Amino acid sequence: MSNSILVYLETEGDALRKPALEGLGAARAMATALGGVVVGVTIGASEGGVAAAAAAGADEILALGVGETVLPMRRAAALAMATQKCAAAYVLVPATASGRDMLALAAGALGAGVAADATKIDVSGSDVKVTRPVYAGKALQVVVAKRSPFFIGLRPNSFAPAAAKTANVTRDALPAAPANEPVLREVKAPEVRRVDLTEAAVIVAGGRGLKGPENFHLVEGLAAAIGGAVGASRAVVDAGWRPHSEQVGQTGKTVSPKLYIACGISGAIQHLAGMSSSKCIVAINKDRDAPIFKAADYGIVGDCIEVLPALTAAIHAAKG
Amino acid sequence: MHIAVLMKRVPETTARVRPAAGGRSVEVQGGETIISTYDEIALERAIQLREAGVATKLTVVCLGAAEATKEVRKALAMGADEGLLLVDAEPFRDPASAAEVLAGAVKDLGAQLVICGWKALDDDSAVVGGCVAARLGWAYASFATKLDVAGGTATVHREMEGATEVLAVALPAVITVQKGLAEPRFASLKGIMAAKKKPLVEKPAPAASNASALDAYLPPPDRPPGRIVGEGVAAVAELVRVLKEEVHAL
Repeated sequence: MSNSILVYLETEGDALRKPALEGLGAARAMATALGGVVVGVTIGASEGGVAAAAAAGADEILALGVGETVLPMRRAAALAMATQKCAAAYVLVPATASGRDMLALAAGALGAGVAADATKIDVSGSDVKVTRPVYAGKALQVVVAKRSPFFIGLRPNSFAPAAAKTANVTRDALPAAPANEPVLREVKAPEVRRVDLTEAAVIVAGGRGLKGPENFHLVEGLAAAIGGAVGASRAVVDAGWRPHSEQVGQTGKTVSPKLYIACGISGAIQHLAGMSSSKCIVAINKDRDAPIFKAADYGIVGDCIEVLPALTAAIHAAKG
Repeated sequence: MHIAVLMKRVPETTARVRPAAGGRSVEVQGGETIISTYDEIALERAIQLREAGVATKLTVVCLGAAEATKEVRKALAMGADEGLLLVDAEPFRDPASAAEVLAGAVKDLGAQLVICGWKALDDDSAVVGGCVAARLGWAYASFATKLDVAGGTATVHREMEGATEVLAVALPAVITVQKGLAEPRFASLKGIMAAKKKPLVEKPAPAASNASALDAYLPPPDRPPGRIVGEGVAAVAELVRVLKEEVHAL
């Protein structure tokens, strides 16, 4: 199976996560062009998760440690083991919050090549070219894989999912747990689980135009109405209005949602860099000359404090 | 305990970046170069640990152009003890190769703790810290927003999807850091003077082969021109129609 393309399939309960479906889509396109099979790897998935993986578009499923709780370093060791077992040429890892670490640890353990945060993969002849935004999207870098195995991290919302297909499942044991795996002492759970910004399909982000942290509930209200995650500009994070985990831009997260609504964000170059690959950008800002309108597909010139409640109410009404 | 901070020299975020003619490199216009923001946060926390006597030595390691002496010297002025600049002659250095070079340097230094940013602001790979940990066989934790070290164990707080995890990480370890961990200081005049006498070793980066080759740098795709749908609350109805009928987001 030296032409096999491995995809790490992250499950949640008895379902595959969306980035895993996108990973299978990217792998299928590569396998079609290069020849070879698509092997999906689950690690510590439930029985239901394995069944979901087996229907999602891979040729084969390698299910490691079914039903077990697997910590991050061991998870990466399992992916490295699967890579060697299948003699995989390429390993695709969707860049979820945990996927980014797995990509680095598994590639590092094998001394393998790695290209992170791919938004496009092209095959020309036997060359695999990976396109990835750099400088938070101010430019694109195209690299050609030169060593096998080669690990590729996939940016969520960038690849179409694969067509469904039934795969054979092979079960196997996990590698031994690394002795130096960090020990989880405590988890301070949030009131509501937030989707990692890089994975969100819709992001509503707020900036200085909100005038104060006490008005950010307007952004949260709109996000809740439209089913999105909350983001923030650097200015309001630096001012302490919002946590840094919400910051979008070159010194925060680079995002590519289907819809990005910028509320009261003027559009500094480092912010634009972080969100300009969004499929659709809506801007709401008082200043008609704000740079954000140059990046936006649709804009409203107006005060967020007035526009957001009306927009939230109208979206609730439209959704019926 | 000896801490190594991995730091990269990058253009300021206000700089304009575009592919150079021929697409083999990027052209950076405007702005200074800086210590990559997250690496500088890592450096600040390492200096605090050094000042508190938790660390006995703090070395900054930089893989980059010869001009990066400016940033390494700044790190020394902030409070690092020694600097190591691995002068890179490669026009393109991929993350696998960078990790190989940096892991080797950390091993040679005999450090027990590596701290660095979770990503560099130019390349955006966010994998070098993890690759270094795996190459060394060390423990690894990412996105630290709080880091304390006592008795051979690092206690790391990390934020994941809104939750805060508290991890006990046995040294030797590589920890990557997120914003919020520490607020980098300005170098004092005394620090700047002292930095001139601190050891800054410059040597050529050892050979390590790239696992990928640069094909090209391209400009980001152009966005079609947008339109202002209206002003104030009166425009909301039209925007909702657009979101529903054109964007299919509702």
